[in-house]
Amino acid sequence: MDKQEYAEYVKKITPKSKIGWSLVRAFVVGGLICILGEGLGALYKLWLPAYDETQVGSLVSCTLIFLAAVLTGIGVYDKIGYFAGGGSIVPITGFSNSITSAAMEFRKEGIIFGTCANMFKIAGPVIVIGVAVAMLCGLGYYLVGLFI
Amino acid sequence: MTFLWAFLIGGLICMLGQLLILKTNWTSARILVSFVVLGAILQVCTVFEPLKKFAGAGVTTPITGFGAGLVKGTFENIDKYGFLGIFTGGLTAMAAGIGVAIVSGLIIGLIFKSRSK
Repeated sequence: MDKQEYAEYVKKITPKSKIGWSLVRAFVVGGLICILGEGLGALYKLWLPAYDETQVGSLVSCTLIFLAAVLTGIGVYDKIGYFAGGGSIVPITGFSNSITSAAMEFRKEGIIFGTCANMFKIAGPVIVIGVAVAMLCGLGYYLVGLFI
Repeated sequence: MTFLWAFLIGGLICMLGQLLILKTNWTSARILVSFVVLGAILQVCTVFEPLKKFAGAGVTTPITGFGAGLVKGTFENIDKYGFLGIFTGGLTAMAAGIGVAIVSGLIIGLIFKSRSK
């Protein structure tokens, strides 16, 4: 009985500590990716003083997206993802990873019907919902603007 | 100083994503969609801009920045072009990111094959 109780007790607490640890990993890796973005932004501001903040931001996103695509290609991003979980999915690099890994996965079904047709399997909903929400908000903003 | 806040806030957002994965078993597509919508809502509530000033890339690097950028671009284009801006704004603002994502995905997809895990 005592053993059984103990086993139950262990079962109860083991997942919890695992959850805590995986949260820490997600936090650290996600935070580091954000620091990389911040650093790139600072660099681009120095190199390209003519660009305004929005343009620098776009350039940083492009760099991170391209970097993540290459890392996915050589198989490094999967390893980071295995370690960091949400820390590698939530940043824009995870968006890029979802596109590139789908592109690679469906390559065997051909370039057009495999790679091109399936690239946006995961990232597609993000763009569809994002654009739909933005248009809805825009419609509201426009209508409010008409009456004020 | 922004670097520290970028790390902390960005890390927190990613940790929230990890918590969602653990607690709900959502797929990554769902996680990404929810964070895009969250970013859009924060932008509409005018909370996102102050956050961006404070934490910089900590809020723009996570996919929340994508949602916020879509809404911001839409509003800006509405101010500039009126009604048409509702349809052009979002994708105009995000054109660079989506463009690079498509092209780099295509190139990498052509060069590398998926490894069996």
